[in-house]
Amino acid sequence: MAKVTLTVNGRTVSGECEERTLLVHFIRDKLGLTGTHVGCDTTQCGACVIHMDGKSVKSCSILAVQASGSSVTTIEGLSSQRELHPVQAAFKEHHGLQCGFCTPGMVMTAVDMINRHGGKLDEATVRHELEGNICRCTGYHNIVKAVLSANAEMQAGRQAAE
Amino acid sequence: MYATGYHRASSVEEAVKLKGQHDEGRYLSGGMTLIATMKQRLAAPTDLVDLRHIADLHGISVDGRNVRIGAATPHAEVAGSSALRAICPAICDLAGKIGDPHVRHMGTIGGSIANNDPAADYPAAMLGLGATIITDRRWLSADDFFAGLFETALEEGEMVTGVTFEAPEKAGYAKFANPASRYALAGVFVARRADGVRVAVAGAGADGVFRHSGMEEALAASWSPDAVAGAAVDARDMLTDMHANGEYRANLVKVMAKRAVIAAG
Ligand SMILES: Cc1cc2nc3c(=O)[nH]c(=O)nc-3n(C[C@H](O)[C@H](O)[C@H](O)COP(=O)(O)OP(=O)(O)OC[C@H]3O[C@@H](n4cnc5c(N)ncnc54)[C@H](O)[C@@H]3O)c2cc1C
Repeated sequence: MAKVTLTVNGRTVSGECEERTLLVHFIRDKLGLTGTHVGCDTTQCGACVIHMDGKSVKSCSILAVQASGSSVTTIEGLSSQRELHPVQAAFKEHHGLQCGFCTPGMVMTAVDMINRHGGKLDEATVRHELEGNICRCTGYHNIVKAVLSANAEMQAGRQAAE
Repeated sequence: MYATGYHRASSVEEAVKLKGQHDEGRYLSGGMTLIATMKQRLAAPTDLVDLRHIADLHGISVDGRNVRIGAATPHAEVAGSSALRAICPAICDLAGKIGDPHVRHMGTIGGSIANNDPAADYPAAMLGLGATIITDRRWLSADDFFAGLFETALEEGEMVTGVTFEAPEKAGYAKFANPASRYALAGVFVARRADGVRVAVAGAGADGVFRHSGMEEALAASWSPDAVAGAAVDARDMLTDMHANGEYRANLVKVMAKRAVIAAG
């Protein structure tokens, strides 16, 4: 057994688990944060995407012990207020989901993408960077629309703040 | 996944020592290959020695045209390095097309070359650049390092600590990605220097990554996309699998070589 200490959504948490426990299972089963999903379990689908130390990663392919000491953000921690994060709001507005299973990973991926590109996102980049996230309902069109719309809104927010 | 032990090393010496204490242990870098194979129970190391927290294994240093990349440097960092892009954009573009953003945030150059997957991209870059692979005990030329499908010259317990190369005059990479996995069905890296041209091919060869002397000679004589048209790529040396047969891959190698030269400019 190993001891794992993480900062999850701003809160420090500790727990015991087996060395082989995957980060996604630690988050879901030990911490009860079930917004992060397990889809394919083979590092392909991206339903389990979270942010670790500010970067998007697939939590089904990282051991909880590997992550110990890092800071993690899950879909539950995206918005500190009661309202939706702009990316979540854009997915709702543009109907960027159908069954919703891939959505937490899609949203976490989109937030990472928007953060990294600092407003300079075009459709081709969004499509290229959605490579690691699979949706079997919508066909991506509305997801791309939602990401671009959230990006524009967040960019406007950034400019207004400057 | 079978049960395993976990050890976090904070220096190269400590990692080598830890690995030495566990015969059936493995180094763990980004885990984007190893954890995935352990989940499928295709690998069952008794212990993992995590290299991700060893500061000496991180980062890219550029000194004039000399480059050194630490083994635990993730693909995203290579893709995004402006210092590297200024002298050798081909390797940044290559790193930016490995897997997806999440894989690039975790997966590392050291893990990729130590694994030497025949369809991986970095081995072609290392061979094409004529890079030197640095380990905890010696320096090896890329020509000596890669030794067939998933095989390298690494000895038991030997660790890759980094790679180093001199930026060439021109370089380019083109890959035809498997539409499902995005690994290379054929990927060709070309590099031109004052003393010659190197052409390295990933994804296509039956024995893993290889250099193609016919295309090297053709491009040394005339650096142009059309120069590779006359070079012969033998379909019998190519991999045949459910994704593509040898003839198809042989043709793809020439098409990718052309595109790589165009990308190199
Ligand atoms: C969905 C997906 C798509 C991918 N697509 C591509 C692609 O398009 N192109 C491509 O090239 N790759 C691709 N990969 C593989 C990816 O690049 C891996 O990150 C890489 O091959 C292994 O690097 P790692 O750091 O994750 O190594 P690990 O998985 O940690 O280790 C791999 C192997 O190398 C050994 N090892 C690790 N570090 C060292 C070291 N420093 N010294 C000695 N041995 C070491 C380990 O013991 C293990 O056997 C993909 C992976 C995934 C999951």
